[in-house]
Amino acid sequence: MIRDYKALLEPLTRLRGVRGAMVVAADDGVVVVDALMDGMKGKALAALAAALASRIVDLSTSASFGPARFIQLQAAEGSLLLVPASEQLLLVTVTGRDVPLGLTRLEMLKAAERMR
Amino acid sequence: MVEDIRALTAQLAADPTSLVFLRLGEALRGRGQLEAAQKVALTGLSRYPHLPDAHDLYARILADRHDYANAFDEWDMVLRIAPNHVGANKGIGFLYYRAGDRENAIRHLQLALSADPGDDGLRTAIERLGGGGEVWDTPEAAPPEITEPLPQRSPPAPDPFFGFEGSVNRLLLASADGLRLGGGLASTAGEDVSEVAAALVSGAAREATRAAKLLDLGEWRHVTVECGELSFCLVQPTSDTGLIAAMDTALPVGQLHFLAERASKAATSWLERVR
Repeated sequence: MIRDYKALLEPLTRLRGVRGAMVVAADDGVVVVDALMDGMKGKALAALAAALASRIVDLSTSASFGPARFIQLQAAEGSLLLVPASEQLLLVTVTGRDVPLGLTRLEMLKAAERMR
Repeated sequence: MVEDIRALTAQLAADPTSLVFLRLGEALRGRGQLEAAQKVALTGLSRYPHLPDAHDLYARILADRHDYANAFDEWDMVLRIAPNHVGANKGIGFLYYRAGDRENAIRHLQLALSADPGDDGLRTAIERLGGGGEVWDTPEAAPPEITEPLPQRSPPAPDPFFGFEGSVNRLLLASADGLRLGGGLASTAGEDVSEVAAALVSGAAREATRAAKLLDLGEWRHVTVECGELSFCLVQPTSDTGLIAAMDTALPVGQLHFLAERASKAATSWLERVR
């Protein structure tokens, strides 16, 4: 398990189209560590990401679909990607439109694995 | 023809569950008795709401009455139930032609021809249309006079996802207040989780809307969730509904998006019909 979360975010933020990545406390949406492009509001992003993840995890748990491993909110101008790394931590990435989503997903899952 | 109609009417009276209503409706339509034909078709549809030929009959009557929008909907319904239905593909092809959309007209006529390759008239029509010629060039007659108010079709389609694979356990439409509107969801163990999931869908959709807006991501299109056993895609067919399409996690995510998109279109059409 790696505690240097900042180092874990680096491979993510190097990917084309990624605007920022962060680790968030899953229960209250507080920023643990972030690596964001200028102008991005970390606190708001963390709160919104945690709230969405909480709703989605409730839904998948209630429907007995198994634990949510990867969540993608796809919008017209970009994506919000979430990986519940543990019960306490959520890995968050925000991207623009043209991004290698498959690669970003893989890097996020790898990073989350190293956080456990 | 008169004898036919009398005989068919007698047969239907003797056995109201008989499919002879299809022949009777067509015979009445052939004589231009559209009002009577429509009553027969609607009565048949209320008894057999999933029968493609019943929808096809009703669509042809509507087209004869120049009610093209509803005719299109009926033929569209036929194609959901029976994608290779010759009559429906011909009908929709005709409507596209009327609307000046030759490309889609040819596509549907070709689908009809592939299901009925012996139809030389249809082959000729496609060739003429492909060459820029006219096909249905008879001047349009005025619609027949309607003396009575048109009866409303009833009941509406019973479920928005009728005809879809997984319509009862992998597709769920929920209202903003958490009620199940159609379809159903089951866990991998086969337990019905429709009601509990419906109660949570709108909250998740609201959160997605809020996040997309406040993060300047533009309008959201879907939330796709990869879970341990089943993956699901959340979309909004309308602003006040949410839809979940679920699929085995091992299947490609593109397939899940395709299912969600198709189901969303079906749900939108169904909602327009029932509201």
